[in-house]
Amino acid sequence: MNIIVVGLSHKTASVEIREKVAFSPNSIEQPLKALLGLEGIVEGVIVSTCNRVEIYATTRDIAGGVGRLRRFLADWHHLPYDTLEPHLYSYHGEAAIRHVFRVASSLDSMVVGEPQILGQIKTSYGYAAEYGSSGIILNRFLHKAFSVAKRVRTETRIASSAVSVSFAAVELARKIFDSLSDKTVLLIGAGEMCELAARHFLTNGAKQVLVTNRTFEKAQRLAEEFEGQALPFEELFDHLHKADIILTSTGAPHFIVTPKDLKEVIQRRRMKPMFFIDIAVPRDIDPAVNELDSVYLYDMDDLQQVVAANLENRMQEAEKAEAIIAEEIVQFAKWIATLEVTPTIVALRRRLDDLRRAELARTLVAWKDAPPDVEKRLDALTTALVNKILHQPTTVLKRTGQGNRTDLYLDALRALFDLELGVDEPDSPLELEEPPTTP
Amino acid sequence: MTDISFYLTLALYGVTTLLYLACLLRSTPCMAGLARKLLVAGFLAHCLAVIHRAIAAGHLPITNMHESLSFFALSIVAAYLYFEFRFKVTSLGSFVLPLVLLLVIGSSAFPSELRPLNPALQSAWIYSHTLLAFGAYAFFTIAGGVAGMYLLQSHFLKKKQLGTLFQKLPSLDTLDEIGYRCLTFGFPLLTVAIITGAFWAAQAWGSYWSWDPKETWSLITWFVFAALLHGRLTTGWRGRRAAWLTVAGFLIMLFTFIGVNLWIPGLHSYN
Repeated sequence: MNIIVVGLSHKTASVEIREKVAFSPNSIEQPLKALLGLEGIVEGVIVSTCNRVEIYATTRDIAGGVGRLRRFLADWHHLPYDTLEPHLYSYHGEAAIRHVFRVASSLDSMVVGEPQILGQIKTSYGYAAEYGSSGIILNRFLHKAFSVAKRVRTETRIASSAVSVSFAAVELARKIFDSLSDKTVLLIGAGEMCELAARHFLTNGAKQVLVTNRTFEKAQRLAEEFEGQALPFEELFDHLHKADIILTSTGAPHFIVTPKDLKEVIQRRRMKPMFFIDIAVPRDIDPAVNELDSVYLYDMDDLQQVVAANLENRMQEAEKAEAIIAEEIVQFAKWIATLEVTPTIVALRRRLDDLRRAELARTLVAWKDAPPDVEKRLDALTTALVNKILHQPTTVLKRTGQGNRTDLYLDALRALFDLELGVDEPDSPLELEEPPTTP
Repeated sequence: MTDISFYLTLALYGVTTLLYLACLLRSTPCMAGLARKLLVAGFLAHCLAVIHRAIAAGHLPITNMHESLSFFALSIVAAYLYFEFRFKVTSLGSFVLPLVLLLVIGSSAFPSELRPLNPALQSAWIYSHTLLAFGAYAFFTIAGGVAGMYLLQSHFLKKKQLGTLFQKLPSLDTLDEIGYRCLTFGFPLLTVAIITGAFWAAQAWGSYWSWDPKETWSLITWFVFAALLHGRLTTGWRGRRAAWLTVAGFLIMLFTFIGVNLWIPGLHSYN
């Protein structure tokens, strides 16, 4: 049995193409059922996010299966195959395993390390499990992918640092204030970046937003949006002490906050730390305030440097993640291989043993005046012979693991000995144990 | 038996210190859980060693340098374990445990033979006075470590050096909170230790206060931490300058505890 992957992602297709082949989660049952209706497709999972649409499936016939899945993507969405074809990628065997492990671990994401993709795959798998389109191999495969993603997350720092300016500001605030839940954010001036950052602080638990602006109406409008409070610009220094985190982006040509202004504010705050984030260019906050005890100032350049360093760090961590994935692929490929090898060996052993018993019975029936212990001796002899014959091929099959040669051997064995592999063949490892060979 | 548990303690603290340092310096997640378990094991072994010695000696084993350093280390670990479980700050251990290890190694360098208790020390006061002092010292040691971490973290934030160490250190607010806790625990303990010491001195030496070097230096320590606590309670004083003074207070305390005994002879010298 082989795992195959067919799909497209932000790396191969523009959003115009991606949205055309997206599957809606509300009506995922029909395509999943249709997938199993395709010839040679045994199991299937459909993953559809805004950045990728992928089908994971198992099949005995790699080339045919891949071809049918590629067609399926076009046909289901009533697209001409030729327009879709150049954007599609397909993988099988270890490449397919690697691909899914990388996607789940967020190594294939637009922003490497972003956390959503794992949840999206889990949801997609949930649908497949619910509608019964995933089976023994894909179940195990996706659970493995989840555990690999978890390993990558805990053993590397791939997702540990912020890669956007506003999120970097939140991360820094956490290193000053620990919890943001009782903290007040003050916005001085309006600006897209400022609003975005304020929103980030709110979603991360900040208690309250204060807004001030030279145009009071603008401040009011923004305050409404954040369910905060608007302050007249002239009263800024009467309220500054209430703010723990101050975001500034006014168009003022000069500094609006200087160290001198803060002396009294710091006293009123009983020296609790203040975190200034100056997004304005030219800057609003005198850089000298950073020298004050308990005052921390970051401007746009500082934040961008933080982000750049974090991005570089993620790339380094991604290399560690690749190593982890390589390790896990080997393990999983082994499992897949034994899934194929074990039943074949069991069937082969059964076939030879049946022959042995039949021949033994015939010999004994014909041999009228056989000495009393001849049955025991003959039984031992033939058993030993079967074991000896099977020993070498069994070792070779178990050793080769997954690969083209194994498939070749397995096919040959099945054809030559006319082996029937039951679909629900129990692959009990006990049956694989070789009986002790009698000398 | 005392020796075995003492060396077991030494070994466990050694491994634990290495683990805590590895946690701090390596960027990958580390064996913090293992480090904590080993530290608890070390702490129990240490308790065992101290109890054995107490039974063998027939009194609290804090009457010579070997015993005092070891007991000081034990008090620090006890205080640290409280903060580790209360605040979940593994990185604090990376700063405190090297000192603990040094103290235990230092303790093993001093002669450890049991000697009969100096008659002047044969009093019930020994328990209240010294145990309170050791408690205060332990909390001030944690305060010193936390203040050092605060200075480091504040330096990283001001200079925008946001490396591995920055990521590992807790937030300024957490450090400030732990430091303040230590102050509010340690200061009353020291105050009562000095007062009980005065009563004991009146009984043993005939005077409440004789400007013995130990008394003088503990009074200096008391004033430093009194100033810190006063500033905190009146104006909310905190931040880097307060952290520097805490570090200074810790060093003065260390001198009061070890330096005075080693280098300045006085009424408190019993060796």
